[in-house]
Amino acid sequence: MINPSMNIDMETPLLSVRELTMLYAPGKGFTNVSFDLFPGEVLGIVGESGSGKSTLLKSLSGRQNPDSGEVLYVRGSGDQQLSQLADLYKMAESERRQLLRTEWGVVHQHPMDGLRARVSAGGNIGERLMAVGERNYGEIRAVASKWLSDVEIPTDRIDDMPTTFSGGMQQRLQIARNLVTSPKLIFMDEPTGGLDVSVQAKLLDLLRRLVTELNLAVVIVTHDLAVARLLAHRLMVMRRSEVVEMGLTDQVLDDPQHPYTQLLVSSVLQN
Amino acid sequence: MSMVSTAEQGMTGYNYGYLDEQTKRMIRRALLKAVAIPGYQVPFGGREMPMPYGWGTGGVQITAAIIGTSDTLKVIDQGADDTTNAVSIREFFKSVADARTTEKTLEASIIQTRHRIPETPLENGQILVYQVPIPEPLRFIEPRETETRKMHALEEYGIMHVKLYEDIARFGHIATSYAYPVCVDERYIMDPSPIPKFDNPKMDEMEALQLFGAGREKRIYAIPPYTKVRSLDFDDHPFEVQRWDDCCAICGSTHTFLDEVVMDDDGNHMFVCSDTDFCQQQVAKNQVVQESFS
Repeated sequence: MINPSMNIDMETPLLSVRELTMLYAPGKGFTNVSFDLFPGEVLGIVGESGSGKSTLLKSLSGRQNPDSGEVLYVRGSGDQQLSQLADLYKMAESERRQLLRTEWGVVHQHPMDGLRARVSAGGNIGERLMAVGERNYGEIRAVASKWLSDVEIPTDRIDDMPTTFSGGMQQRLQIARNLVTSPKLIFMDEPTGGLDVSVQAKLLDLLRRLVTELNLAVVIVTHDLAVARLLAHRLMVMRRSEVVEMGLTDQVLDDPQHPYTQLLVSSVLQN
Repeated sequence: MSMVSTAEQGMTGYNYGYLDEQTKRMIRRALLKAVAIPGYQVPFGGREMPMPYGWGTGGVQITAAIIGTSDTLKVIDQGADDTTNAVSIREFFKSVADARTTEKTLEASIIQTRHRIPETPLENGQILVYQVPIPEPLRFIEPRETETRKMHALEEYGIMHVKLYEDIARFGHIATSYAYPVCVDERYIMDPSPIPKFDNPKMDEMEALQLFGAGREKRIYAIPPYTKVRSLDFDDHPFEVQRWDDCCAICGSTHTFLDEVVMDDDGNHMFVCSDTDFCQQQVAKNQVVQESFS
């Protein structure tokens, strides 16, 4: 397959977040978050429950209006002439939603939140294609079939409902559904939560392979430091609505600077 | 559709056309908006009618709002003029609006319908009023009204094709045979009410005005005359209408929508036109031809 991001300029960030703040109440949400995300880069967000990780992910992915700050994204193809920097919350809602189902993807923690329960696996994968105007049944089906095998779901289950799938299969189906339009950026909220360890391991392998093959940029929220170490290039540690530490994953996990990060790292059960 | 103000017309004790003038005015406003935005669902304050929801309360309210003394009303249910629902609604407007009624399609100025578009092509100046149970075509997949309204506003209609995809995946062809979604004027996706998809092509560039009323859901929408109405499909699975191997057992028509009628307990059956008025016209024509030969 053609790598959609082949000619992307690796020097300019794909996503620039500037002093983003969103508080439901004091201490509930996130404050002053700034970072750049480059094409093909995986950013992990870790922190305790209620630290604002998921809210931040929602705001980054255009599903929760922030109180202040901006999310800048380089739209369009990798060609410098065609691409443009756009503020996510200044563009029209129609454009934002269009972006969300073409160049972006969102993988929810609970796969059924991101899947249509009464639509077959093939239809779930094909939905985004049909949303961007694909009108050939045969082609939609061929693409759906290819993606099923790519995420290691038997292709003869293409007409089965996702409710008949196991948790791990549902999660892989959700990932396939998001990747079918060759997005550049994927947001994941605890993609391995609720799965047993062997299934988790397979899913992580799959994610690592897809991220490398498709040169995806990923923002992944997790509370599992092992997952973060395996997938993320860079790590952001959050606590009580604030980013307390940010750096390369190995650096943050092996030499934590902030007392909270030190506590977090030392809390992991050692084998 | 001339305005009538005389209180002595119609049944005593009721305003002309059953609804009070303020309600009629409100419905007419909704109708004007609906005509101005073809295929868009306009909310309106649906009233209690002397019939249960599901029996055509939406259609009856529209008819009541547009009918006048110069109008001739035809009511059909499943294509037939003589079914219970059609007879009751006709009698209703006879008593509350002094309406002239007819069973002939071309004589009517207003045709209220459930489940069919007459086989005889409608003409400019006629109004077809549909009774609609579920006006929202996106409802089957998206239960939230806030979300479906947004999908209409932003023209996010990919999900409609998912429904057709599911049909083909399960049955090998598009099995949706009624309430088949259409795109009106290349903008709004619309549920054409439970008419068979056989009737969908008749909606395209129709000379008559088409009004749709959903009483329970309190929505009105419309297709003005000469508007493009396209049935959704796939490039490799184009839209098709139903076909029958038989012809009508009464009039011999081969191009009409046929109902299967079971004749006895032995499973004998026959196919007859669902449009009773058209069927009778054909029978009359056939007799003329036969007489001219004898």
